[in-house]
Amino acid sequence: MTAAQPATGHDHVVVAADVNGVSVTEPVPTRWTLAQFLRDRLGLTGTKVSCELQVCGACSVLVDGAPVSACTYLAADIDGRRVQTVEGLAARDQLHPLQRSFVEHFALQCGFCTPGFLMMAKALLDRNPDPTEDEVKEYLDGNICRCTGYEPIVAAVLDAAKRMRGQA
Amino acid sequence: MSVERRRVAGQAVQRRDLFEKVTGAATYTVDVTPPGCLHAKVVRSSRAHARILGIETSAALAVPGVIAVVTASDLAALFPRFGHIIPDHAILAMEKVRYYGEPVALVVAENIVAASDGAEAVQVRYEDLPAAMDAEAALAPDAPILHDDDYGASGDESFSEMAATPGLPDHGDSPPRTNVAHTVDLSWGDVDAALAQAHIVVENRVHYPMLYAYAMEPYNAVASFTEDSLHVVSSAQHPFMVRTDLARIFSLPLSRVRVQVPYLGGGYGSKSYTKIEPLAAVGAWVVRQPVKLVLDVEEAIYTTRADSAAITVRSGFDAEGRILARAFDIVLDSGAYADNSPLVLAKAVNRCFGPYRVPNLRVRGRSVYTNTSPASSYRGFGAPQGALAGETNLDRAAAQLGIDPVEIRRRNLVPPGGEILPGKRGIDADLPADLELVAESLQRDARTVPGHGIGVACTASDAGAYPISTAIVRVQTDGSVTVLSGSTEMGQGSRSVLAQLVAEELGVPIEAVDVVQSDTAMSSYERTTGASRTTTLVGLAVQRACADARAKLTEMAAEIEQCPPESLAQGDGVLESADGRKLAFGDIISRWFGGDAGEVTGVGTLRRDGRTQKMPPFWEVGMVGVEVGIDPETGVVRVDQLVTVADVGFAFNPKAVEGQDLGAATQGLGGALFEELVYDGPQLVNPNMVEYRVPRMTDLADKIESIVVERGDGVGPYGAKGGGEGALNPMGAAVANAVAMATGKWPSRLPLTPERVWRLVNDLPEVDAE
Ligand code: FES
Ligand code: FES
Repeated sequence: MTAAQPATGHDHVVVAADVNGVSVTEPVPTRWTLAQFLRDRLGLTGTKVSCELQVCGACSVLVDGAPVSACTYLAADIDGRRVQTVEGLAARDQLHPLQRSFVEHFALQCGFCTPGFLMMAKALLDRNPDPTEDEVKEYLDGNICRCTGYEPIVAAVLDAAKRMRGQA
Repeated sequence: MSVERRRVAGQAVQRRDLFEKVTGAATYTVDVTPPGCLHAKVVRSSRAHARILGIETSAALAVPGVIAVVTASDLAALFPRFGHIIPDHAILAMEKVRYYGEPVALVVAENIVAASDGAEAVQVRYEDLPAAMDAEAALAPDAPILHDDDYGASGDESFSEMAATPGLPDHGDSPPRTNVAHTVDLSWGDVDAALAQAHIVVENRVHYPMLYAYAMEPYNAVASFTEDSLHVVSSAQHPFMVRTDLARIFSLPLSRVRVQVPYLGGGYGSKSYTKIEPLAAVGAWVVRQPVKLVLDVEEAIYTTRADSAAITVRSGFDAEGRILARAFDIVLDSGAYADNSPLVLAKAVNRCFGPYRVPNLRVRGRSVYTNTSPASSYRGFGAPQGALAGETNLDRAAAQLGIDPVEIRRRNLVPPGGEILPGKRGIDADLPADLELVAESLQRDARTVPGHGIGVACTASDAGAYPISTAIVRVQTDGSVTVLSGSTEMGQGSRSVLAQLVAEELGVPIEAVDVVQSDTAMSSYERTTGASRTTTLVGLAVQRACADARAKLTEMAAEIEQCPPESLAQGDGVLESADGRKLAFGDIISRWFGGDAGEVTGVGTLRRDGRTQKMPPFWEVGMVGVEVGIDPETGVVRVDQLVTVADVGFAFNPKAVEGQDLGAATQGLGGALFEELVYDGPQLVNPNMVEYRVPRMTDLADKIESIVVERGDGVGPYGAKGGGEGALNPMGAAVANAVAMATGKWPSRLPLTPERVWRLVNDLPEVDAE
């Protein structure tokens, strides 16, 4: 893939990271964002890029469990860290409860915002397994969805939280 | 008010595309990068209106990794423009630029970093020309003229009437050029006489903002040439329309241009017609390698926005509030190129006066070229602009006459079957009943406290666009079915609806149906995906394809069973013989061909005849109510109640219908409360998602009620008709009416930002915010 070739005349660093449970060691141009690295180098195209200004949340992934905007986070900064993307959410053929809940509640239409919402919601439920409706809205307010009008997303997250508490 | 429940159609089935989308496996155009793909970056104009004196490319070509810099001069052998109504849109600016952000050159490089560096190194020398930055300036007598050329009409019959030479006045012999891209007039009766006799005449003027659809996936395309064929993968709603433009550019037969569309990351009309496909294609044509072009949001905003509007309305009423006459003057700011604005204008003209009995009407519409980003389709298509004028005018009349806003609509709405446009299809909906549903819901939870207001608004859109559709169903030897359709899945759920329809018609499990869409080489032809048409019009074509497959299966079964075809009864996935045996579709195919092989292909077509002869194919209803609360200190408007009616005839998937409805309503609220592109001088001050604010999760209304109404009154399968735009169309007007009730002042422009509302409350002039 041409775009994945080291960019001519630009500095590189080698990053070693755990991406969805797989160790990767790759040289990357210092200019590259994490989104570029995930999408163009690792072929993990589930992470989407939209605003490129940290306001839409489409590119949200987890680094050491905390949500970051992959559109502005530098790839070089994942060195020694653990990265989770939407591709790592499902366990083999078993959808994550959030994924199942999003499908059942029609919490997506075009789906472009969805990977970001899922990762953000995962970060929320990881630290707060029983959020109120207002806490969900507050936490996900940095993620834009242009299709659904949000209500089904709130319902899906609350429902997934309930299921996950049931399992625990 | 009920329709027959069916086995699959009408059930809230889970959409299969959603499984792919929640795992990150779904492929969007932006995820497609063929081997050996080069990357392109557009060099854009830094002027609003200027002559190009020279383009210096040597520094760019010296950037390591840069392969080529394409400018208009490289396109001499091609047809260098596109545009399905008026082919005025230069692929790369020729001689002059007409807006800030217009593509001037395309840098193709080995990677995107080199392409970007190369683009920055291209030097363009300009000589500035006076610019017309808004419609008023463009219509002034001494305005600079944007277009000096005659472009002629496109070949498409349904558009050709709209392609009157741009820039020329409608009448006159040797007229001077103007910036009017298109005019539409509509009238009946004697408006002046009726106004003279009216009990009251109410006049107001509104401004509808310049909007950006913000499909979250920005425009992108990948183009490659192999021998004499062009292959484009693109984020396009209408691949077949794009194919036509590309074939004309490269003088290729349609069959040698393949436009393929994977999943779209949102469309909402903003991805209809040709956008950046010609840019990617000329890049690939020059370098003879695949070229990928991905725009960022700022570039996307400068590629297409929605038409802003200034509308004056005058209506005359009798003492009971019945409309006697209405007159509208509509001016759309359509930006530097016509694109789809002539059609948006035609729709604004048809939709502005509302679904009311209007005995006398006069509408004058003009779409005006300005030195701004080109406008084109956006969900609602002229209806939201017109409704803001017509529906606030109605509320003003109600207030003057001391009539309730719901009551004045009751007195004027057309009854079921009534004509809105003379000679056109009568309304296929019960609007008075829909209005009562909204009114009841609002009343139930209304808070009559100061600073609160309720607003309702109604629209009916002549929707469905031109009825040309085809569909193919391929029944396999195991009884499973592949459906081919040229209609694009952009999030609205058509893939799932069409599968439901086929499962219903052929009586097979929905899991056995697969739908393949939007590939001009592989799927069947579809004119467009827009105007809420897919369920209704593609649905009819698919239904006919299923009938055709059944007819063929019946003949084959009659042959192998040696019985008259009439003796075979139609069942679910089977034909039943006179002696009660069930012949499965797959077995019929295997036995007829022999060797457990073969398939049966059913073909369905739709055109303007029979039940789809009368235009429009259906009316799309917009019936909404809101309650807002206003903070007088800050001017912040909070939506307490949001009530919408999705009058869709038959809901194939009720949950999907509600989802579309709430999505449309939310976009409508965006335009009503937050969204507006603002020009200051030659360029936009807010071409990004930080300063162009769209609705967020915490903006959600406290109460949301989406009422799905099914009366089986549509022309489509099982009485279906289109949905998905309706709730957006009257939303701006409803919010303006609610704010008027809450503040006692009449707003005249959207969005109703805190500053504007605060000014309104404090009796300050309603100057532009920002
Ligand atoms: S693309 Fe990263 S926040 Fe929008
Ligand atoms: S589903 Fe389309 S943007 Fe959220």
